[in-house]
Amino acid sequence: MVWDNRGDVATAFSYTLVLFVTSGILSLVMGTILAAMRVGPVAVMRWAASTYVTLVRNTPLLIIYMFFRIGGPKIDLKFTWVDWTIGNVDLDTYVASGIVALTVYTSTFVCEALRSGVNAVPIGQAEAARAIGMPFAGTMRHVIIPQAFRASVPPLASVQIALLKNTTVIGALGVVEAFTYMYELTNDNAAARIGIFLSFAAIFVVLVELLSFAANRLERRWSVAR
Amino acid sequence: MSASVLFDSPGPRTRARHRGYTVLTILVIAAIIAYAAIRLGQHGQFEYSKWEPFVTPKYIKAIIFKGILVTLQLALFSVLFAVVFGVVFGIGKLSEHAWVRWPCWAVVEFFRAVPVLLLMVLIFFMWGISRGDFGEFWTVVAALTLYNGAVLAEVFRAGILAVPKGQGEAAYAIGMRKSQVMSIVLLPQAAKIMLPAILSQCVVALKDTSLGYVVTAGGLSTVAKEIYNGRFSNHVPTILVIGAIYVLLNLILTMLATLAQKKLVGEKKVLDVPMVGAAEAKA
Repeated sequence: MVWDNRGDVATAFSYTLVLFVTSGILSLVMGTILAAMRVGPVAVMRWAASTYVTLVRNTPLLIIYMFFRIGGPKIDLKFTWVDWTIGNVDLDTYVASGIVALTVYTSTFVCEALRSGVNAVPIGQAEAARAIGMPFAGTMRHVIIPQAFRASVPPLASVQIALLKNTTVIGALGVVEAFTYMYELTNDNAAARIGIFLSFAAIFVVLVELLSFAANRLERRWSVAR
Repeated sequence: MSASVLFDSPGPRTRARHRGYTVLTILVIAAIIAYAAIRLGQHGQFEYSKWEPFVTPKYIKAIIFKGILVTLQLALFSVLFAVVFGVVFGIGKLSEHAWVRWPCWAVVEFFRAVPVLLLMVLIFFMWGISRGDFGEFWTVVAALTLYNGAVLAEVFRAGILAVPKGQGEAAYAIGMRKSQVMSIVLLPQAAKIMLPAILSQCVVALKDTSLGYVVTAGGLSTVAKEIYNGRFSNHVPTILVIGAIYVLLNLILTMLATLAQKKLVGEKKVLDVPMVGAAEAKA
């Protein structure tokens, strides 16, 4: 059944991947900015970033997406300027609001992952850097950030894996990505339900395993010897 | 006094620069809030009619009983069952028998990698759809149990492995059986190590109950839909209010979790090495 519709399955998963890759990159950028604000010397920035993280992290992704997808148009927040087509994938306002929601949500977890990376750097490292006269920027650039980034590879990887799975939530309200397509397929072919589910699940398992394999390799290559 | 090990206590010029940053940040935040408020105002989102349901007793009742209570029940049952599932499969993964270990490993890996939503829909169609409200409720619980249980299984396994090896060896040496070693010596100690992870999984479960929306299982997200699809069509206020309730619930849960942890484990960590972040927290 899945094989008969492989073209549509591929399209559905390309939506999933578009959502995943775009919001993955955007959330890395935004999360890094948030993390920098949270460990930086300006109190107001620390406060603003941590308020943002606390609020967004405790809101379910579904509600955030509802806000951008259902609430947004009511206040003219429509992303109508997004209207491209790549192959079978239409990048329209639904996809755009999905990407925004995923980015807003995931960036808080990226921020926390990076911060846990900073926390994993032993205090002596920072003290030593300071003792040889490095300023804040130098301490950060040459001592803390290289170690923090490496230490945050495992949590960042699990954040990205969660993001991949969270793309299905976007499907719940409009974008025909893997989850919605499975939903439609099972509706049309009730008899083959378990088969369809297992094939979609298997594709997700493969994607997740690929991600965690890559993360493991990075982790091993970059891990700091202590 | 230096505020952090990361930077020196600022001199006059740096302090001036920081003041500049502070003012700039405040301005930017104020601008964002003002813009949002104007946007909302322009589209009439502050009108009383849009907020009416949140001061009307009938709707408040619906939010509390059909929303908050159901959400909490969903979360509670899922977490309880997930802990059981996690203990069984976590210990299963540590079993000495390959025929126990491998199936447990496969089950855990599978449910960890499959999106909850997929699971939920399958369970709904296979089982819950013909059973009315009852089916919808337990569909969500079942899906969340499988997912969170698989995550917790990993947590339990890691926690049991984190107990110093000598503990288990000593228990065997005084003649305890395998099940005794696990239940009397290893699990109680592992529980302390794992408590933070278990509690943060509770927040995840609570947030994921919102996915019950898809199978109309009740809970806050479903109530939200009922309110804004009703005669108010007040999508923005509803989503803001429901979102705020979720945040509040999670913050309360986090607070209780922190309290419980302090009470049960104490503030000391097992292996306390001073880290950069810890010093900042103290300062």
